[in-house]
Parts: sequence; structure tokens; C-alpha cells
Amino acid sequence: MRVTGESPTRSVLDWLRESRAMTGTKEGCNEGDCGACTVIVTDADGSRALNACLLFLPQIHGKALRTIEGIAGPAGALHPVQQAMITHHGSQCGFCTPGIVVSMAAAHLAGRRDHDEVLAGNLCRCTGYAPIIRAAVAAETAPVPGWMRADALALAELAPEPPAEVTGVFVPENADALAAWYAAHPDATLIAGATDAGLWVTKGLRDLDNVAFLNRCKDLQVITLTAEGYRIGAGVTVAQLREAMAEPHPALAELLRRFASEQIRGAATIGGNIANGSPIGDLPPALIALDARLHLRQGAHRRSLAVADFFLDYRKQDRRPGEFVEAVTIPATAPGLACYKLSKRFDQDISAVCGCFNLTIDGSMIASARIAFGGMAGIPKRAQAVEAALIGRTFDEASLDAALPAFALDFAPMSDMRASAQYRLQAARNMALRYIRERRGETASIAECGA
Amino acid sequence: MSVTRPLPHDSALLHVTGAARYVDDIPTPAGTLHLAFGLSEIAHGRIADLDLSAVHNAPGVVRVMVAADLPFANDVSALAHDEPLLAIDRVHYAGQPVFLVVATSHRAARQAARRARIGYDPLPAILTLDQALAAGSRFEGGPVIWQRGDAAAAIAAAPHQVAGTFDVGGQEHFYLEGQVALALPGDDGMTVQSSTQHPTEIQHKVAEALGVPMHAVRVQTRRMGGGFGGKESQGNALAVACAVAARATGRPCKMRYDRDDDMMITGKRHDFRIDYRAGVDAEGRIMGLDFRHLVRCGWSMDLSLPVADRAMLHADNAYFIPALRIESHRLRTHTQSATAFRGFGGPQGVIGVERVLDHIAHQLGRDPVALRRANFYAAAQPSAPGTPDAIAAAPQETHYGQEVEDFILHDLLTQLEKSSQYAERKARILAWNSTNRTLKRGIALSPVKFGISFTLTHLNQAGALVHVYQDGSIALNHGGTEMGQGLHRKVCQVAAAAFGVAAERVRITATDTGKVPNTSATAASSGADLNGMAVQAACDTIRGRIAAFLAAREDCAAAEVHFADGRVFAGEAELSFEEAVAAAYLARVSLSSTGYYATPKIRWNRVAGRGRPFLYFAYGAAVSEVVIDTLTGENRILRADIIHDAGASLNPALDTGQVEGGYVQGAGWLTTEELIWDDQGRLRTHAPSTYKIPACSDRPAEFNVALWQGENREPTIYRSKAVGEPPLMLGISAWLALSAACAACGPHYPDLRAPATPEAVLAAVTRARGA
Repeated sequence: MRVTGESPTRSVLDWLRESRAMTGTKEGCNEGDCGACTVIVTDADGSRALNACLLFLPQIHGKALRTIEGIAGPAGALHPVQQAMITHHGSQCGFCTPGIVVSMAAAHLAGRRDHDEVLAGNLCRCTGYAPIIRAAVAAETAPVPGWMRADALALAELAPEPPAEVTGVFVPENADALAAWYAAHPDATLIAGATDAGLWVTKGLRDLDNVAFLNRCKDLQVITLTAEGYRIGAGVTVAQLREAMAEPHPALAELLRRFASEQIRGAATIGGNIANGSPIGDLPPALIALDARLHLRQGAHRRSLAVADFFLDYRKQDRRPGEFVEAVTIPATAPGLACYKLSKRFDQDISAVCGCFNLTIDGSMIASARIAFGGMAGIPKRAQAVEAALIGRTFDEASLDAALPAFALDFAPMSDMRASAQYRLQAARNMALRYIRERRGETASIAECGA
Repeated sequence: MSVTRPLPHDSALLHVTGAARYVDDIPTPAGTLHLAFGLSEIAHGRIADLDLSAVHNAPGVVRVMVAADLPFANDVSALAHDEPLLAIDRVHYAGQPVFLVVATSHRAARQAARRARIGYDPLPAILTLDQALAAGSRFEGGPVIWQRGDAAAAIAAAPHQVAGTFDVGGQEHFYLEGQVALALPGDDGMTVQSSTQHPTEIQHKVAEALGVPMHAVRVQTRRMGGGFGGKESQGNALAVACAVAARATGRPCKMRYDRDDDMMITGKRHDFRIDYRAGVDAEGRIMGLDFRHLVRCGWSMDLSLPVADRAMLHADNAYFIPALRIESHRLRTHTQSATAFRGFGGPQGVIGVERVLDHIAHQLGRDPVALRRANFYAAAQPSAPGTPDAIAAAPQETHYGQEVEDFILHDLLTQLEKSSQYAERKARILAWNSTNRTLKRGIALSPVKFGISFTLTHLNQAGALVHVYQDGSIALNHGGTEMGQGLHRKVCQVAAAAFGVAAERVRITATDTGKVPNTSATAASSGADLNGMAVQAACDTIRGRIAAFLAAREDCAAAEVHFADGRVFAGEAELSFEEAVAAAYLARVSLSSTGYYATPKIRWNRVAGRGRPFLYFAYGAAVSEVVIDTLTGENRILRADIIHDAGASLNPALDTGQVEGGYVQGAGWLTTEELIWDDQGRLRTHAPSTYKIPACSDRPAEFNVALWQGENREPTIYRSKAVGEPPLMLGISAWLALSAACAACGPHYPDLRAPATPEAVLAAVTRARGA
């Protein structure tokens, strides 16, 4: 892809359908929730399934784009997942099918067999998913068709593309360039994964200009193990973080498994999830419970603060004009960490409550406690009164009972379409109970049940 | 050649390659304009000031229209002429279209629509069932009441009484393809491409809006990206807007709703409150039952009356209730106008009585399956040859006077209990629950008996047009529309069987009001029943002509000419189908015919609530197992086992797909799918970020679906049964299993509401414990 002369925030979906008359990619929701617009984007890091509705053209400059029209071979030979979808009756109305086939083909290319996870971001209203999964299983052992590897091979042979030249767009190559430009343009909008900023365009109907796309800042996309722990660059995607944390922080990785969907996790960045200050972002409560440090940068000036201190008030953060999130550092280990996400739907939903607990137990005593919640206040918030009521007590349910009144000191949640205030408070308390029960060896997760 | 084959959907190859074209994918002529509505921001009020100057001045805007600009009828209602395309002086719900923007792009139209400044004089808004009931805000003069026997006396005389109130929520269709239409003005009139289940109604409404006869409007529908009832009447507004704007500008006009607009503007499944009082004997048999249905219809009538009727018609589900009274209030509120949704009121009726049985089983401590059996209708008498009718017990009648002649659930349940290992698993779950305090499991079985036919009798007709070309290829049209259910494939199979050829030889083109007129909506599960018969009639006519010609030529009886395996056999002669067709053509035999079908036997007096509204019933049953987390109310369906009756299935693969998809959609309605309006009447769940249909991992991890091996007693198309709607109600078993899991937490009845969100489950757990 070489992008020139387009509006900076034209979505790949609109461009495909309106400018290229490639209508196989569908618009189902235009907000990254249905997956009907799934496409495959390939770059040096590999191939990813992404939502074309929340993808701006400058983001795919220099990368390869493969749509449903390219899943069958050049001569029309069907991809194994396409044939399996026909054989197993995986399509009914067919409208979600292109997105589903593209997601399946991306997973097939990667040799993945975790089909429920791969398809969590592809809604189907007709089939009940059963025949789609049968198709995915049937195609598992089929070899990857040659044309599916063509994108990576072609990119490897091409000279790297210089940045896109699009009016009103700045595309820095590294954090230094970004820092200098943003300090001089503090009113600009920074776009990393565009999974949130994209909604300003598709739903808010805003036309953004004066934007910087951060996707070429490779130095922001690294995770390094330092003396303080893991330093995670702001441009690391949720998918990358999840993979990196599987060993050192399994509880965090498991929380990230339920972070939106495959397509969103492949685009959304850690920096974006923190900087947008949502009270219901899934990462901040875990970071607060881990006592993570946030690294901010404004021009050449850098400062660090506890993540908990970054969130001041509803959608208000301790971030100065021209200052951006450069990285976050979490401890190398936190064996006591547990994260509980509560939502109406198990997969690909926004938390009603997200509770993260990080307790250390000395003998039978609670030696330390860091507890934080999303969805319980206007910001992701630490439960300091609860922590104080627990520290020094015996690690059992009686201590928790005694600490229950502290929840109301820490939180006065609101009622909205996701949950009532009363339920949020009750669920938050019960998450603490679940933490105790699970840590004492009791089965308390429905995810572990089978028929 | 047997008609029954598990062939894939007729568009499967196009689906998986992205080549299937939906309305928004059709290449449009240069100069096509794009439309968007400006919507009311309040639930009820007078429009005091409508300042559209900024809309007019927005980039790309070609024209802005308000009600006064409409040349003829300003109405997009299904029946009652109470639903203006654009609001006239007053708005009746938040989301109602007030004005229409015509612009050079979809985005420009939407951006411009947001620039309006509308001043309102707010009026009191009636939003809830309680408010509507108190205000007497209703359709029809008063409640509709149907009764058999004296329910009050039977309840009073019974040894046990059970009573309660049950709220069941609505449901957004969430067809993946949003509403869309494209109008092309031409010198012969207006051609409209519409994503609709009801092309004839689109034609009718467009003709009224343009002030032209119906022959001047042609509507085509190749396919929809899902319908589920949501495209029975809700597409009218877009098609009419496009047609009116196309006429005003002389340019093609297209309109598609953005997902949020779609959910704000269009109707959903009716939410109900069901009050019940039952009298039960010592064996758990219901002696008398009194229901009150409060039905939230929204601001206009739309299809609410027949929806509420169907809920009453299914208030018995599978159970013979000697004394039954149903009082149905069709309440008018300042919210989206609730509309058709798969099951059309049936699911609300069915879950009402299933809830009653759940409550009775709990209160009397009886096994829920045995209790259901005890209340079942009498089994259908096998029509064994030589058995005098007088010996067979008379079938029992429903509360509306239809004899239940085909009741198969006794046998079906026996098979399902065995295949699902219901009894063993129930015992295992009891033991498991006794050792787990945090998690609880539940298992439940629920049956469905669903009446097949439109209750509005005149809709039970269909037409078809079949052409056999001189090369032996076959093209056909019928009045049904393809929304994913596989109707076109089934109808192709019918035509192929009639001519004894492979289904691949038959081609179906877009549903077209210019080819088959006066069609009924593809709704009420009727698509294959009605259109399959009409197509068969047309094919039989043509085949009869070919047979008569060959019989004369080969000197045999026409009845002896037969068509099989792509060959035609006449007397001593054997020809390929192509040879037979070519010969018939040269002999000047007409190879084109229409076909027509009208459902027999049905008669229905809606006012009295008496008659035989249905040709037959379709049956099924499901066993669901769930687990709940008693700390948060989170829950999962672990396993579902289903046996469903599709008669002698025309296509077992497609029918199984309807069963699986229907179950998951029904379970979604009763679990994660929650519509929330705020206290100003604004829908807060108007996108998939807040309204949660089942995702992939929400399907039962273990999912065993089988079709009942039987055939329809009625002479439907190859003795098959309709299958679109009935399986949705199998999802009720998941809700009942959740109720059972909640009940395992304490001694009290959990009184679980629907949808059973985690929050609702936790509340029910708390009630079960008596806390």
C-alpha cells in the first residue's frame, strides 16, 4: 500500500468500498464490534486480522493489505477455510461471512486452533456459530495456500516505503521525532491503534486533521526487562503484551485475553489504553494493582509517576500539553495478582466492573494489599480503604467480612446500561471473596466448567 | 430423485468469497445521491422550531425535505396509516425521523443531519408499561380477552395455587446488514432495490408516496444480510425516502442506516409483563390458569396486534389447560414501535407458561419434566390403516378451539431424555451442587409447539413463475425472499424434483414484484411451505404439458411419462431432459407457467379468538445445562441437546442450521441481550458495544442437534414442516436451567427475570437464599 492524497482519517473500509469498489468487505457496525470488515494487514511483524472500519489509510502505508477478494487463489481456487465453510454450512445470510472467512484465514496462516478466541470479534446472527467452528476445525490440517504467504514475501523484497505524505498528517519514525513535533503542536491528536480515536470519526463524524500517526515509532513498540521490571513501550499492542506476559504475569495475560477482540487487540496500544483515561479501560486497574510506573515525555523532558496518580478525575489525566505516554513499567513478578472482568457477555464486552487484586500473604497474615477497580468510579481507582482494612488481618473470609464496609468508603459507583450501582458494589465485594476462595484452592471460575 | 438433500445454501460460494452482493454493494449510476434522516432527540413533544439552515448549507447537501415537502402520502406504516415518514408537528419517540437530507455522499448526509437545531415543546412521555396502563394509553378500545372455561373458579377450586409476575425483555434484531434501499427513477416508473422481507409492501408504500399505481413501482430483493422479522415493515421508511428523493431530484438515491441510527429508529421485539395465577391439582396438573399480558407496543401500531394475538395463541405452548383465560393489553408508549421478530409474539406466550410450570415445579417440589408430561396434550393417534376413526380418542382442543391432531411431544421427549442422559445428569448435578458453594449448575428441558400459518388468513397464499428454456435450463421466481434461511435452495430442490433433474440446473433470480405480484411477507416461517407449493404447481403444469406431448408422440398415457435422473421416460422412449424440452419447444408446447397456492383448512375469527388459525403445529424440545457464579451472576451454557421436528425435511443441513441458530438467538434474548432506555425514553443500548448478542464462545460448548424422523400429517410440500421460528423457543430451556441453578442456592423461588444478565442472576440467587 502506498497512500497519497487521501483525507488523513479516511477509513480503509470506506476506501475499499467507495473508491476501489471492493465491496466484499462489509460494514456491520462501523465501531469495531462486529468484525464484518475484517481484513489482513501484513508488515515486518507478521500478518494480523484487523477491523478496516477503525483503520485509517496512513496506518497501512507501507504494509500489505489482503481483503476477502484475495482469500481465494488468483485462479479462483478456494482457500481451505472457504471450502470448509461451504461444506459445513457455515454461512446463512452471508453478510458476516467475509469477515469470518478473513479471520479464519489469518488464524489458519498462523496455525492457530483457538477458534473461539480468534472469532470472538466476529458476530454472526444466523448460525449460532456451531457450523463455523466445525468448518474451522475441519480446515486446521489443510496446508496454507501459497498465495497467503505472498504478502510477507513481497514486502521482504521491496524497499521500505518512506512515510506517507498526506496533508495534515505527521508520521514520526521514532519517539524523539514525535516528542519534538508534539511539543511544538500540543493541540494535535495522536493516533496509535485508532481503536478509540477511530470512533470520533466513524461515530462522532469528526474530520480530524493535525494528527500524528505513531505506528512507525518502532522504539515505542518494545518490551524490555529492566531492574525495575518490565518496561512496556506505549506503542506495544495489547496482543503483543498478552503474549509477552503469558509467563511472568499469567493473570494479566488472562485479563488481556478478554480485552475486546482479536482484531482490536492487534491494533490497540498500551499507551492509548492508558492515555485515553477511560474509567472502564481494562488495563489500568491491573496496572494500579501492580503499582506500575508511568513514563511521560514532553519534548526532552521526562517524568515518571504511579499509574494510580495519573488519573485525576473523569476523563482528566495528569498529562500536560504536548506530553505523551512513552512507556509503563510493571514489576517482574506479582504472584498474588488476580484480575476479574465482569461484563454482560463473556467475550468482547466492556467491563461493568474490573477488579484487580494483588495481595502478599505472610504465613496466614495479609502483609500487603493493592486493589484497584475499573467501572466503580469516574476513573480507574485504587481501593485504599479496603486495602487498609485488610492489611495485617488473617487471610480469610472473616477478615473480608470485616472489611466490607470499606468498599462504600472507596466507591460510590453509578448506574448505567451496563450495571446498577448496587450490583457493581456487590460484585466488587464478591470479587474479593472470589480472590480468597480461589487462592485457597476452591473452584470459583465458570470458565473452568464443562458439561 | 428424492427431494431431500443436504445441499449448501444457494449462495454459499458467493458468501465465502465476498462476491454475494447486498443492496449497498450494487454498483450505482454516476450521480447517485445519499440520504440520512435527522432524528428526534426527545420522546414526546411538539416541534416548536425547526431550523435547518445549517443543514442546507452543509457541504454536499443537495436537498433537505420535511413533511410538507412530501408530494403524496406521508405514511410508511404496515397497516394502520399511523406512521408518517417524516414527523408532522409532533414527535412520538426519541429516534423518530423528522427531516431528510439528500447529499452527495453517505457521510455528508449524516454530517449535515447533525447540524439541525430543533426546538421542542416537550409533552409528557409515556415510557413504561405501568405509565401506559395508568394513562389508558393503548391500541384498541380495551384489553383483548380470550377464555375457555371458568379459570377463576378452577383456580379457586384447585388444591394448590401459584401466582407471580414475570418481566421478559425485548430484543434487537441485529441483522448484520443494516436497513438499506436504492431507488432508480426511470421512464417506466421507479425501480427499488430493497433489503426487505416484504417487497410487495415496499411497492405499495412507494406507490402511495409517489401517487402512482402499483404497476409503476418495481421492487427487487436478491438477498438480505439477515432479517429475523426486522425487515418485514421496517424497510418501508428507507425505500419511500429514496423514491421520493429520487423523484424530486431525478437522480438515483440510496439510503442505509448507520448501525446506531438503525437501532434508534427501528422497532424491536415486544417486551412483556406477564401476570399469572394458576390452580394445580395434587399431580401437578393445571386445572385453571389466568394470564395478563402487558405488551409494550411503542408509538405506532405496526404489527403489534397480530403479535399480541400470537402470544395469546401460544399461551398454552404444549399443554392442555382445561380452563384458561388470557387478557392482553396492547399498550402505546413513546418508544420505538415494536415490530415482528422471529416467533412474532409466540416466544413471549410460550415463556409465560413455561415460567408458570417452573414455578409450580418449585412450589410443589415435583420433577419439572414429569410435570410437563402430565400437562401435555394427548398424543396424536397414529393413523394406522384400517383403524376406524371412532376408536381413536378425540384430539384435545386448544383454548382457541383448534384440535391438536399431530401432537408428537410424548415420543419426542422420551427420545430426548434418553439421548441427552437427562436423568443421570440431573442426579450428577445435584451431587455437584452439594459440594460447590461458589458455582451452581442447573439443567432444564423445555418443549415447543408452534402454530404454522399467518393468523391473518388472506396472507396464506403464494405465487411462482417458472420458465424452462429450450436448452433445458430452468429459471424460477417466487414471492419469497432470501434472508439466509436457505429458502431459495429449498425451492430449487422442489423444482428439480418436479422435473427429475439436478438442483444445479435450476436458477433462482432476485425476488421481483414485476415477476410475481401480490406476495406476502416472507415471515411466519411460511417461506418454503407457501412458495414451495406454488413453485411445485407451476412445475407440475409445465411437466404435464411435456408429458402430454410425449404421451401423444409415443402413444402412451400421460400418467406413464415420468421424469427422473435427468431423463424422461415415455412408453418405450427414453430421452434426456434437454431432448424432451427441445422437442416440446419445437412442437410449440408452452414451457412457462405461473403457479399458485393457498393454504387449505384454515379459518380464524380474531375477535372471538376461535377457529383453526394453523394448518399444523411444529414441535421440538431442548435440554440445556448451565453453570452460574453465585458471586457475580456470570453464567455459561455448557451443553444443549435438541430434537426438532421439521417434518420430512427438504434439506436437513439447512434445517439443522435454523435449529442451531434459532436456539442461540433465543438463548441470547433471554440472557445477554438487554435493551435499556433511560428515564427520558432514550435508548442507551444502540450499538454492539452496549447491546450484546451472543458471541462465538456463548454457544453451548457441547451442542447436539438432531431432527425428528417423521413427516407432516398435512400435505405440505413433500410433507416437510416450517422451521424458521419454532427453534428460537428452544432457547427457553437455557433460561429455565439458569432458574434451576439459582434455585439450587436456597429454599425460595428465585423469580428470575429475562433477560437473565449476570446482574439478574445474582438478584435471583439472593432471592433464592431469602436474603
